[in-house]
Amino acid sequence: MADAAKPTPAAPTPSPDGDAHAEPRLAVRDLTMAFGSFVVMRDLNFAINRGDIFIIMGGSGCGKSTLLRHLIGLIEPAKGEIFYGDINFTRAAPDERERLLRGVGILYQSGALFSSMTLAENVGLPLGEFTSLSPAEIREVASLKLALVGLKGFEDYFPSQISGGMQKRAGLARAMALDPDILYFDEPSAGLDPISSRNLDNLILELRDSLGATIVVVTHELPSIFTIGTNSVFLDADTRTMIASGDPKVLREHGEPKVRRFLTRGEDDAEATAAHG
Amino acid sequence: MAAAEMAVSRPTPDRLVVRVSGPWRMATAVPDARQVEQALGQAPTPKRLSFDAAQLEAWDSSLLVFLNQVAELAAARHVDVDRSGLPKGVERLLALASAVPEKTDAKAKIEHPSMLTRIGTATVKFAGGAGDFLAFLGLLVGAFGRLFIGRARFRGSDLILFIQQAGAEALPIVTLISFLVGVIMAFVGAVQLQKFGAAIYIADLVGIAVVREMGAMMTGIVMAGRTGAAFAAQLGTMKVTQEIDALTTMGIDPIEFLVLPRALALCLMMPLLCLYSDAVGIIGGGTIAHGMLDLSWPVYFNELFQAVSLTDLVGGIFKASVYGVLIALAGCLRGMEAGSSAAAVGDAATSAVVLGIVLIVSACGLFAVTFYVLGI
Repeated sequence: MADAAKPTPAAPTPSPDGDAHAEPRLAVRDLTMAFGSFVVMRDLNFAINRGDIFIIMGGSGCGKSTLLRHLIGLIEPAKGEIFYGDINFTRAAPDERERLLRGVGILYQSGALFSSMTLAENVGLPLGEFTSLSPAEIREVASLKLALVGLKGFEDYFPSQISGGMQKRAGLARAMALDPDILYFDEPSAGLDPISSRNLDNLILELRDSLGATIVVVTHELPSIFTIGTNSVFLDADTRTMIASGDPKVLREHGEPKVRRFLTRGEDDAEATAAHG
Repeated sequence: MAAAEMAVSRPTPDRLVVRVSGPWRMATAVPDARQVEQALGQAPTPKRLSFDAAQLEAWDSSLLVFLNQVAELAAARHVDVDRSGLPKGVERLLALASAVPEKTDAKAKIEHPSMLTRIGTATVKFAGGAGDFLAFLGLLVGAFGRLFIGRARFRGSDLILFIQQAGAEALPIVTLISFLVGVIMAFVGAVQLQKFGAAIYIADLVGIAVVREMGAMMTGIVMAGRTGAAFAAQLGTMKVTQEIDALTTMGIDPIEFLVLPRALALCLMMPLLCLYSDAVGIIGGGTIAHGMLDLSWPVYFNELFQAVSLTDLVGGIFKASVYGVLIALAGCLRGMEAGSSAAAVGDAATSAVVLGIVLIVSACGLFAVTFYVLGI
């Protein structure tokens, strides 16, 4: 579907099935995140494989979004490195970083659409900056991307004229503008009703399967985690490090007690309390 | 209406009974725990404390606060508390309040640093602020440099919008303020000059003051309050909604894309607004000269044109351009460094106006000295 518009040479390679998981698309080594002397998380080590839907999960305020901001270079790590493929992103020169980030699409928590531009202009902005398409072609591509997220016909609306869920989808259309092969989602279902949230999950699965993109999602929504997640990392606020990684469905059954509690909404506890009381 | 009542009794030396009765409502006065504290303090210390709430009519948080205090007093003296005499709801709420132990290190420490510490902290902060300002100025100069070699990336439609906002839309308020400033100066001068019979010099006074100083300065202050604050609020909001993050990760420099068109618009519009403000101020002075001192318009203008030189006019307009850069810098800097909350946007706007006006007045003083030394 999206193959109709592929302006960048970095065409995503579709992963047919499990065996594409051999090569990590993104790797985090010994990452320590800190604000001044306050350590948010330390000793993070994980790899994200091509075609994964990777969930960054953990309790409120444990540093999930901060980790995402590290992965896209908005915050510098206090220690450790982030690799995109075999390129060291943390040590890369600004030009190299910009080139790497061009293969990355980000859906921010609030959508982060440029409020002074229409939806088509929002989606078209990266196309205008980084491709040699003519304005008419840019408009075509923008319309297509908006159609992909179910916003056909909303090209000339301003972000303030559409609902929160639509803003999020428009943000996704913009994130997909340059056909990235990694897509980041920061709390995609925050502020969405259950149906919209479910639709967004389906859209994420669809994008992974059709574009072969690698997807990283920051969330604590259990239904989403189990519907879409193929791999994950669990950040623990008490010990200030990751305490589990792997398929969330497996972690729910065989993980550490703390992770199991999180993934079952603490229902094990509730049963225990009920039995005692 | 019956009042909330409380009585302490001691049926046996080991047992203390606290009896609460009547309606316990926050809206009316309720007894405090002092009486219980006294009873607990009497030797020998009782072993158990229980409650009798048979006569209790109604209760709200006032009762909970009282009982919580009693429970803490009892705990401090190692007295067992038996809550079974209380209504079920009260019992459960008290259990809930004591379910999670108090986090002792959570309370904010209120520190009162010494005078020297405060002066030192303020100095370091000021130096840091000055450093940030210079760094931002450097980034903006870099962006202007790329503009001149034609490599700056921003949208022309944005520039035109800002030119409209900082130009045409500012005309009414600039007209009002400039006219009034001209009127005020002429009025103050007229009263004095009449005493000497030197009324004609009102034209010199208004002309030189408005063209050299007041036109540029009043326009600057109006624009700092109007446009500087707007820039800070716009950029601050973009920071809150992560639009600036989105630009950065897209590989588009926010300084070039957001700050440059705003600064450029102000740089282009301030000289024009200043010229306009000069004209309106002179007309304002003229109405007083005409109305109060009976000077005819041709006489007023004739005297004025002899007094004001082209150098004065160019100097004033030059100052206005500099003020324009300062306002844009203050507004955009405060917007870009705003925190990520709604309150931070308001703070950024306020701070942008204050910084803008401080910079304008300081620059004005600097210009006065420089122009004097250079003999302009």
